[in-house]
Amino acid sequence: MYGERLKKIVGVFIFWFACWVGQANAALVIEITEGVEDAIPIAVVPFKVTGNNVLPTDIAAVIEADLARSAQFNPLERKNMLAKPFKPRQIKFKNWRMLDIPNLVIGEIENKGNGNYFVKFRLYDVYRQKQIIGYGFPAKTNQLRKIAHKISDVIYEELMGVKGAFDTQIVYIKKFPNKDKKPYRLYLADADTFNEQEVMRHDWPLFSPTWSPDSKKLAFAMGGSRGPGIFIFDVMTGKPPKRLTKRSIKASAPAWSPDGTKMAMQVLENGSSDIFVMDLKTKRMTRIAPHWAIDVEPTWAPDGKSIVFTSERGGSPQLYQYTFGQRKAKRLTFKGRQNLRASFSPDGKMITFVHLSENNGYNIAVMDLSTREMHIVADSSYGESEHESPSFAPNSSMIIYAANYPQAGKKGKKTGLVAVSVDGSVQQHFTDEGIGEVREPAWSSYLN
Amino acid sequence: MKPVTKLVVAILPVLMIIGCGSKDVKKDDASSTGENVVIEGGASTGDATGGTRLEDEGGTGGAGAAGTEAMGADTGAAETSAADQDLLAEKKVYFDFDRSEIKDEYKDILRAHANYLMSNPDASIVIEGHCDERGTREYNMALGERRAFSVMQFLTMQGASKSQMRTVSFGEERPAVEGHDESAWKWNRRAVLVYSE
Repeated sequence: MYGERLKKIVGVFIFWFACWVGQANAALVIEITEGVEDAIPIAVVPFKVTGNNVLPTDIAAVIEADLARSAQFNPLERKNMLAKPFKPRQIKFKNWRMLDIPNLVIGEIENKGNGNYFVKFRLYDVYRQKQIIGYGFPAKTNQLRKIAHKISDVIYEELMGVKGAFDTQIVYIKKFPNKDKKPYRLYLADADTFNEQEVMRHDWPLFSPTWSPDSKKLAFAMGGSRGPGIFIFDVMTGKPPKRLTKRSIKASAPAWSPDGTKMAMQVLENGSSDIFVMDLKTKRMTRIAPHWAIDVEPTWAPDGKSIVFTSERGGSPQLYQYTFGQRKAKRLTFKGRQNLRASFSPDGKMITFVHLSENNGYNIAVMDLSTREMHIVADSSYGESEHESPSFAPNSSMIIYAANYPQAGKKGKKTGLVAVSVDGSVQQHFTDEGIGEVREPAWSSYLN
Repeated sequence: MKPVTKLVVAILPVLMIIGCGSKDVKKDDASSTGENVVIEGGASTGDATGGTRLEDEGGTGGAGAAGTEAMGADTGAAETSAADQDLLAEKKVYFDFDRSEIKDEYKDILRAHANYLMSNPDASIVIEGHCDERGTREYNMALGERRAFSVMQFLTMQGASKSQMRTVSFGEERPAVEGHDESAWKWNRRAVLVYSE
C-alpha cells in the first residue's frame, strides 16, 4: 500500500502527465490538501490504439484525472503497472491483486480513418475476476475527450452508485484589462476547463451567469448606463441573447426555478435591493420576503419550495431561507462576520456559500441543511486570496469556485478556477495563464 | 435659497483640475460605450461562428466609464459663491467598509452641489455608487446603489430636486485605484457625481 506522502507525489505526477498529453489550453495542477484515506484504488491501463498510433487525446489519462479529481478514487501510476493489457484475454488478475488493486479498466481504440474512431472499454472486478461493465462508443477526433468523460461517468456510477458528473460543462466570465476592447467575456468549457469557447463579449460588465435547469439556456446580468438587466442566451441555437427584464428596472442575480417556469432575481430600487420572482410566461413580478435592508443573491431549493438569499436585515450580510407560503424568512447562518451568495446542492441537502471569517478571509463553506453544521472546504487567509462564487456539480459531490491570488506589491492579481470535493479533501486548481481574470463559474446539470 | 455672490461658473473646470490634483485618484480607463453592442465571438455549441448581436442598450454609455474630472458643470448661467467653487470641484465622497452613511467631512461638498442644482434647474447629475473588491459581486451592486442613493437623499434634503438626479451602481466593477489592500480600497468605496450636459 502507498503511504500518504507517496500518494501526493503520485497525484501530482498523474495530472501533469494528463495535461501534457491532452494538448491542453488550460494548465492543470492538482493539489491534494489532505490524505485521501478512503479513496478506491483503480488501475486505468493506457488504451491501445490500432491502425494509426497517434491520437490527440490520451483517453486513459483523462479518465485517471477525472476519477482522482472526484476524491473518491486513487488511480495507480502507470509505471507501477506490471502489465498493460488491452484485450480481455490478456488480463492476468494476479498482476493486479499483488498491487491491491480491486478495479481494473482496459480499452482499445480502433482508428477507422478520416478522423473516425471506435472506443471500447471494460471495467473488471479483480478479485471476482469478472467484467462489471463494458461499452463501445463511436467518436470523431474532437469528441475523444467527451468519450473519456462519459467512460469516467460510467465507472463512477458503477462503483459509487451515484451518477458521475464528468461529462458536464461550466460557464464563467473573464474580465480582461480595460484597455482591451469589450473586456467582459462569457465562456463555456468542459467541467475540467478544456474546450473553452467564447459565447460573447461586451464593454459593459457581464456577471452572474447561471444555467437553466435543463442546461440548454444561460441567464446572466449585464450592466448598463441605467443599471443592470438580465439576459437569456440559448446555448442550443447560439442566437443573440435576449433581454428578459424591462429597461426601467435594475435587475441582476438571476436564478431559474427548478421547473424552469420562473426566474428569481434581485432588483435595485430606492437605495435597496429586494428579491423578486418573475413568471417567465406572463412576465409578472412578485416581491418575496420584502424588507428595507439589502436582499440579494437568490438561489432556488431543488424542490422549488424555498429560496435562500443574502440579507443584511440582521445587521450584516447573512443567509436566510424564505419558504413559499410562509411570511417570514428564517436566518440560516450565525457564524462568521458575513455569509453570502449561497448555492444549493442539486440533491437539496446542502448549500455552499462565501464565508467571511473573523480574520477577514473570504472562504468557501458548506452547510448541511439537516444539522445546520457548517464546514470550510476552501480556506483563504487575509491578504492572500479571496474565494468566490461556489457552485455544485450535478451529483453534489464537488464544488467549483473562483480563487483570487493578489500578487504582493503588484497591481494585478492571478485568478483561477478550483474544483474541490465536498469534504474539502481534494482540490484541483485550473490556473489560467492568460491575462483575463476568471470569475463566477457555474456548473451545468447532467447533459444527457 | 442661499444668496450667491458673483462668480462665473465658466472658471469651474480650472478649479476642478486643481482640486483633483490633491487626491490624484487614478482614472479608470474603461471606455464603456453603451452604443456599441455588437458581440463578438462564436456561439457555444459546436460550429456556429460569427458575431452575435445584442439589442441596443440605448444608454448614455460613457456615463460610468470614467471619472468625470474633465466634465465641467459649465451650463454657464448661474452664479456660485467663491467658497462653493472649491467644494464643487470635489465630485467624490468616500465611505467606510460595508457602510453607506455620508461622513461629516463630505457634507459641505454635497451641500455645495445641492445649492448648485437648485440654482441651475437645467443641470442634472448621475450619481454613481462604487465598492471595493471585497465581498460578493451582487452584494456590491446593491451596496453601490445604496451609497449612490444615500448621496441622492442627502442632496434632496438640502433642497435639490429628485428630477435632476438619478443613481447607478457599478458595484466593484470600476475601481478608481487598482490594488488589493486598504490603500486602494479606500479610494474605491465611493460615490461620484457626474454632471450631464
